[in-house]
Amino acid sequence: MNEARALAGAEERSQSSRGVTTRGAEAALGRQAAASSLAGDALRRLWKNPGAIVGAIVLAIIVLLAIFAPFIAPYDPIAQDSAAIRAAPSPRHLFGADSFGRDVFSRVLYGGRMSLPVGFVAVGITAIVGIALGLIAGYYGRAIDAVVMRWVDIMLAFPGILLAMALVAILGSSLFNLMLAVGIAAIPEYTRVVRGTVLSAREAEYVVAARVSGAPDRAILLRHILPNVLPPVIVLATLGIAGAIILGSTLSFLGLGIKPPTPEWGNMLADGRSMLRHQWWVSLFPGLAIMLSVLAINLLGDGLRDALDPRLRNR
Amino acid sequence: MTRYIFRRLLQAIPVLLGITLFTFLMVHLTPGDPVTIFALGKPLSPEREVQIRAQYGLDQPLWVQYRNYMGDLLRGDLGKGLRDQRPVWDTIREAIWPTLQLTAAGLAVALALGVTLGILAALFHNSWLDTSAMVVALLGVSTPVFYLGLLLLFAFSFHFHLFPATGVGGWENLVLPAITVGFASAAYIARLVRSSMLEILRQDYITTARAKGLNERIVVSTHALKNALIPVITYFGIQLAGLLTGAVVTEQVFSRPGLGRVAITAIGNRDFPLIQGTVLVTALVYVLVNLAIDLSYAVIDPRIRYE
Repeated sequence: MNEARALAGAEERSQSSRGVTTRGAEAALGRQAAASSLAGDALRRLWKNPGAIVGAIVLAIIVLLAIFAPFIAPYDPIAQDSAAIRAAPSPRHLFGADSFGRDVFSRVLYGGRMSLPVGFVAVGITAIVGIALGLIAGYYGRAIDAVVMRWVDIMLAFPGILLAMALVAILGSSLFNLMLAVGIAAIPEYTRVVRGTVLSAREAEYVVAARVSGAPDRAILLRHILPNVLPPVIVLATLGIAGAIILGSTLSFLGLGIKPPTPEWGNMLADGRSMLRHQWWVSLFPGLAIMLSVLAINLLGDGLRDALDPRLRNR
Repeated sequence: MTRYIFRRLLQAIPVLLGITLFTFLMVHLTPGDPVTIFALGKPLSPEREVQIRAQYGLDQPLWVQYRNYMGDLLRGDLGKGLRDQRPVWDTIREAIWPTLQLTAAGLAVALALGVTLGILAALFHNSWLDTSAMVVALLGVSTPVFYLGLLLLFAFSFHFHLFPATGVGGWENLVLPAITVGFASAAYIARLVRSSMLEILRQDYITTARAKGLNERIVVSTHALKNALIPVITYFGIQLAGLLTGAVVTEQVFSRPGLGRVAITAIGNRDFPLIQGTVLVTALVYVLVNLAIDLSYAVIDPRIRYE
């Protein structure tokens, strides 16, 4: 019965999870089946979404290009070539060359090795801290909740870029500090979403049952509540990578992130700004790289949201 | 109603205090002795160090320093810039208007473009118009503000010579920056309006209005649109953060004066009183505008008062 229900899909998830605490091994199997069928359902829905598939493929290509940049790039990204200064796009320099005669194509490839990790690592930092704070605030409630949520309110009082700029001012600019600043700036949003989900999950009968049967807090949080929290966080984090890539490259564009000559998409655009009138290619291509990455991630994120929570479709 | 307003004002107090605590602590959170900040990183003789500590109150306990900081704030004293020794408030007062002006112009673009695209997409659901409006919206949320600014600058200033590339003053200087600031929000608003419009057009009261024989234009503009705009107002606070952020970046692209440029220069110079001042004032403006929006909801949507 339990398995059958679990296999019925997402809506029955709470039923089978409740079984875990009461019926041991047999129910654990049910839970596994529920988990895999939930993920399976979501994957099936994702597979039917052409936008999400295109997004995933484009993102994969961009990531691979960045990873294998040393093998693909025709030139050293910081090597200056006086013969190629401000050269227009040509077979020799696919994307042209900048004011130092550096190959823009090679710099765009290498730039991805900065801009993309900033997005991914920053979101990693955000997700870990944001989830932990949200779980604790939502589950324990009372004083802890009040303290965490007041802190969240204060953080939210700073528009994201302002908070990130303030953090860069405090920490100084380096690759890691940039990741940290971009990551910290987004924490309050995650904490709020996770806390909201925990508050509703906490009152679910299977959680109450687990508590009554004497399960330790850690087990309840990790095994019963966390799975409820993950779908919204997966969506938030996927779309968050796009936001983090934009914020990271924005800070570098403003001169507060990764400094030249290290190629990074944002600082390349800052470089190209002064020669926009005549050497448009120096700005066009790094900007396209950011836009394509963000577009791909947004398509994938929208697809994931529809797949994980069909009720939200068309929102 | 009065109770709601009172409660909302009360809630703002810890947030405002928290903001001041954060900006106060910025100096102390930086790695190393704060005294090096005020010496602008120059080597210090022991006498000079004592003098600086006394001048900036660094020899006092932290809570006394915070009390003094708050006292100064309440008198409108944000300290002096380390580089130019100019009162920070004077620098900010000059920079805040251009930023607010740009933000407001961006908001106007966002609303005009976003609502129009959203309505058209919903009315011509699943047509080419709908598809292209949503493609534009997707591009809008995926294009970094500074890249859009550079593209507009290249196309409309350098190529077609329609608008000046830099400068402030006339409306022609505001067009490209305003589109740059507002476009991402327009994309977001277009999606919101489209989905809420689609939902509302299926409601019974719309069918009733149509059945009464009302002109379709009246059904859309008075019956549907009013309700379809509620989510736009609800998300206004989030939009505001995006617009302010956009303004800060856009100033840099179009070489416009404003808070963003003040902050960026100050961070580059490690001029902490100026950094603290800009962060504080921007956050205060943001919180107060959000507070005003929240209070106006109570007037617009009576349901909120009873929550």
